[in-house]
Amino acid sequence: MADSLLRVLACGSVDDGKSTLIGRLLFECGSIPDDVMLGLERDSRRFGTVEGGIDYALLVDGLAAEREQGVTIDVAYRFFETDRRRFILADSPGHQQYTRNMATGASNCDVAILLVDARKGLLAQTRRHAAIVSLLGIRDVILAVNKMDLVGFDQAVFNDIVNEFDALRDRLGGIAVTAIPVCARDGDNVTRASAKMPWYQGMSLLLALETMRPTPRRVDVPFRMPVQYVNRPDHEFRGYAGTIEAGVLRPGDTVINATSGVEAKVARIVTMDGDLAEAGHDLPVTLVLDREIDASRGDVFAAAPLPALADQIGAWVVWMDETPLFRGRAYQLMLGTKVVSATITDISTRLDIDSLTEIPVRELHLNEIGRVTLSLSHPVACEPYTESRGLGGFILIDRLTRNTVGAGMVTATRASRADIHWHKLDVDKHARALLNGQKPAVLWFTGLSGAGKSTIANLVEKQLLAMGRHTMTLDGDNVRHGLNRDLGFSEADRVENIRRIAEVSKLFVEAGLIVLVSFISPYRNERMLARDRVEQDEFLEIFVDTPVDECRRRDPKGLYQKVDAGQIRNFTGVDAPYEAPESPEIHLPTLEGTPEALAARVIDELRERGIIA
Amino acid sequence: MTARPAHLKALEAESIHILREVAAQAIRPILLYSIGKDSSVLLHLARKAFYPAKPPFPLLHIDTTWKFRDMISFRDETVQRYGFELRRHTNPEGLRQNINPFDHGSVYTQVMKTDALKQALTEGKYDFAIGGARRDEERSRAKERIFSVRGPGHTWEPKRQRPELWKLYNGSLAPGETLRIFPLSNWTELDVWSYILAEGMDVVPLYFAAPRPTVTRDGQIIVVDDERMRFLPDETPEYRMVRFRSLGCYPLSAAVESNATTLEDIVAEMRETKMSERAGRLIDQDQDASMEKKKREGYF
Repeated sequence: MADSLLRVLACGSVDDGKSTLIGRLLFECGSIPDDVMLGLERDSRRFGTVEGGIDYALLVDGLAAEREQGVTIDVAYRFFETDRRRFILADSPGHQQYTRNMATGASNCDVAILLVDARKGLLAQTRRHAAIVSLLGIRDVILAVNKMDLVGFDQAVFNDIVNEFDALRDRLGGIAVTAIPVCARDGDNVTRASAKMPWYQGMSLLLALETMRPTPRRVDVPFRMPVQYVNRPDHEFRGYAGTIEAGVLRPGDTVINATSGVEAKVARIVTMDGDLAEAGHDLPVTLVLDREIDASRGDVFAAAPLPALADQIGAWVVWMDETPLFRGRAYQLMLGTKVVSATITDISTRLDIDSLTEIPVRELHLNEIGRVTLSLSHPVACEPYTESRGLGGFILIDRLTRNTVGAGMVTATRASRADIHWHKLDVDKHARALLNGQKPAVLWFTGLSGAGKSTIANLVEKQLLAMGRHTMTLDGDNVRHGLNRDLGFSEADRVENIRRIAEVSKLFVEAGLIVLVSFISPYRNERMLARDRVEQDEFLEIFVDTPVDECRRRDPKGLYQKVDAGQIRNFTGVDAPYEAPESPEIHLPTLEGTPEALAARVIDELRERGIIA
Repeated sequence: MTARPAHLKALEAESIHILREVAAQAIRPILLYSIGKDSSVLLHLARKAFYPAKPPFPLLHIDTTWKFRDMISFRDETVQRYGFELRRHTNPEGLRQNINPFDHGSVYTQVMKTDALKQALTEGKYDFAIGGARRDEERSRAKERIFSVRGPGHTWEPKRQRPELWKLYNGSLAPGETLRIFPLSNWTELDVWSYILAEGMDVVPLYFAAPRPTVTRDGQIIVVDDERMRFLPDETPEYRMVRFRSLGCYPLSAAVESNATTLEDIVAEMRETKMSERAGRLIDQDQDASMEKKKREGYF
C-alpha cells in the first residue's frame, strides 16, 4: 500500500498534450472507473480530437466551457496511487491568461512535470512555467518531451531540447532536471519503457514519479509555528492550535512569541490521539504552555534564532488581477495566520520571461511577476521564501472585492522602526488641537465634477473661520498646479496624486487643523487609501450627491460642453465610472437643499462628533 | 487501530488545518452533516482539530424525509454520543406539496435538497458552510477551491474562483457572499475508507453488505426501506446481499451487490472495483455537466 504522498504539478504550453498525458497516467494506474470510461467514449465521439479513439483530455477538462472550447481553464486536482505512492496531481492550464492558476497549483507541489511538444521545443510559455516553478520553490523538475511519434522518435530532437533547457536551467537557480521522451497518446515511456525509443535507457515517467526523492525538509532548523486558533473551552484549558511549520518540539522546550519576545516552556503537546513526546513539521498540534502569556492568532511561536519582525518587505509578486498593481495602492496581506494592511511603496522591476532578465517598470499587470516593496501596518514575523514557504509566502487581498489579487514571496525583510526611529515629538497633534479648541479632522468632499463640492466646502470653511476654528483647504484642481504638477492622468499618476493629497492632509491633521479636501476621487479604493492615513474618527467622507444631468446643466467650468464636443475623454460620470460612497459619514443630496443649508448640516455633524465644540 | 500510512497522516493534517482556519475566520460557521461516510470523517477530523474542546460549530442536516431509517438513527446516536448541536431543515413548501422522488424526479432534488439547503443557509445567516465533498467524486468538483466563494443566491461561478496558494485560505467576503469549505477536497474514496478503518470509526450500517429487500430498475438495485416504496405492477421485493457506496435518499440511491461485511472487506473491495462511486447516484446522470450545473445553482 502507498506510504507517502507526493504533490506533483503538471504544466506545459497549450496543445503540448498535458491533459492527454494525465488522462493516460490515470488510466494506466487504474484510476478511471468503467462507467467514467463509458462517459469518456461518448464524449470523445462528441467533442474529441483523436480520430476514432479515446480523447483522454476530455477526462480531465472538468468544466463545461473547457470541454466545449477544448482548453483547460482552471487548475484541477487528480488523484492516483500505485503500490509505492499516493499522488496529488495539480493539472495546471497552459494559456497565458491562466498563469495565475499555475502559480496556485505550484505553491503546494514538491515536483513539477514540465511538458514540451517535441516539434515546437521550448516556447515562451515553457520558460514562463519554468520560471514560476523555480520562483515558487519547486526544486525537482521532470522535463517530459511529448509527441515523440511526430518527430519519428528522433533522439537528436530530444537531445536538442534537453540541451536548450539545460542552458535555461542555469538562469533559474539550481533546479534538478530529469528529461524523459514520451508519447502520451500511445503511452510510450509513460508507465512503461517504449520499444520505439531503444536509445532511451532511463525511467518511465511513472517510475520517475514513484522514486523521486524531493528535496527533504530539514529538521535541524529552529522551531516555527504560526498560532492559528486559541482553544479555550473553559477556564482550565488554554491551548494554542497551529500547524508546525519547521523544526521539532518536545515538552519542556522553550518557545518565544516572535511578535512580543515573551517566552514560555511547553507543558504539553495535545492531540486527540494522546499527548505527544515530540512533534515535527506539518503536524497540527495544540500547545499548552507552563504559564499564561499574551499570544493570539497571527503570532508565531519560535525557537531562537527568531524570524525577522518586519514592517517592510521586499518580495516577488505574481499579479493575478485585471486591475494593475500600482505604487501607493493598499491591500490586505495574509502571511502565515497574520492579516495586516500593506501599502505598495515601490515596484522596481518585472521579470521578462523570454530573457529571464529584469526590466524596470512602474506597474504590474495581470500575470506579470515583479519585485515589489511593501510597507505593513503592523510588524509581521516572516522569513525569506527560499527558507520557509509557510513564513515567506503571502497573498494580497483586495479590500473591496475581497478577492485574492496577488501572491508574494518574501525576498528581504526590514524593520524600519528599528533602524529609522519615528521621531517622537513632545508636542503632538492632541496638544496642538487642544490649543485650537478643536479636534483635527479631514472632511473629504467627493462627487462628480460640478456637483458643488468646492462651493459647499468654501461655505463650511467660512463658517468655521467665523467660529475661530483653524482650517486648511486642499482643492483637487489647485494641488495639480503645484505639489502635483509633475503628474498626469494615467492610472498610476492618479493613484500617486491621491496618495500625496492624503499624506498632506495627514500632516495638516498632525498640525491640529480641520482639513477640507474637495476632490472628485471617483474610486472607493482610493478614498479608502486616504481614510487609512489618519485615525478612524478623523476622517469624514462627505458625498456631494448631484445627478450627472444636474451637473451637466450647471456646468460651472464648461467641461461637460467640451466632453459633449468630444474634446475631453475619460470624464468621470460620463464615460468613466464614479463609484458612489456606500456609507459616507455625511450624505448631501444637493437637489434637496441650498448650499447654505447643506453647509449648515456639515457644521451640525461636526458638533455632533465633537470635532468642534 | 491500525497504524495510519504516511499519506493519510498528511491528508488528516491538511484537513485539520482547514477546519481550524474556518473556526478562526468565520462569524457563523456551520457543518453540513449528511450522515454518510465523508460526513463521518469530517466530524472525526473536527473533533481532532479542536480537542479537548468540542468543534465550535453546529451541524446542519437537510432532511428530505426520504433518507434511510438507519441513517436517521445513526445521526441521532452520533449527535448524542459527542454532544453536538444538530439543526435540521426541511423545505416546508416542498413538504406541503408532498414533493417526492417517485413523482417529481429532478424537481425533487431541486426542491428538497438544493432549495432546502439555500433556505437553511440564508435563514441561519451562516457565512461559512463546511461540506464533505471530494475532488475525486466528479470532474467539476476537481476544479473547485477548498474555500469556495458563493455569490448572492448561493451561486457558484467556476470561472471566477479565487487563486488559492499555500495554506493561505482567504475567507474574507464581499457583501452578499458566503463560503463553502471542503476540507476533504484532496481525499479519495479509498482514502476515506482506509482512514475509517485505521481510526476504527463507526459508519452507517448500510455501508456493510447484508441481505436486504430490493427491486431492480434500469439495471440499478433499489433497497425497499419503508412502506412508502412504490412498486411497479409485477414487482416484488427480492432479498439480495447488497451494500451502498454512497448514501442519499433511498429511492435514489442504488446499492451494489457485495459480500463486504467488515471495513477490511470494504477497503479490499475498493481496490478491486471498476465502477465509480457516483454511478449509484441517480440524480447525477440527468444531463452533461449536470453536477456543474447543480453546483452553479447552489447544490453542495
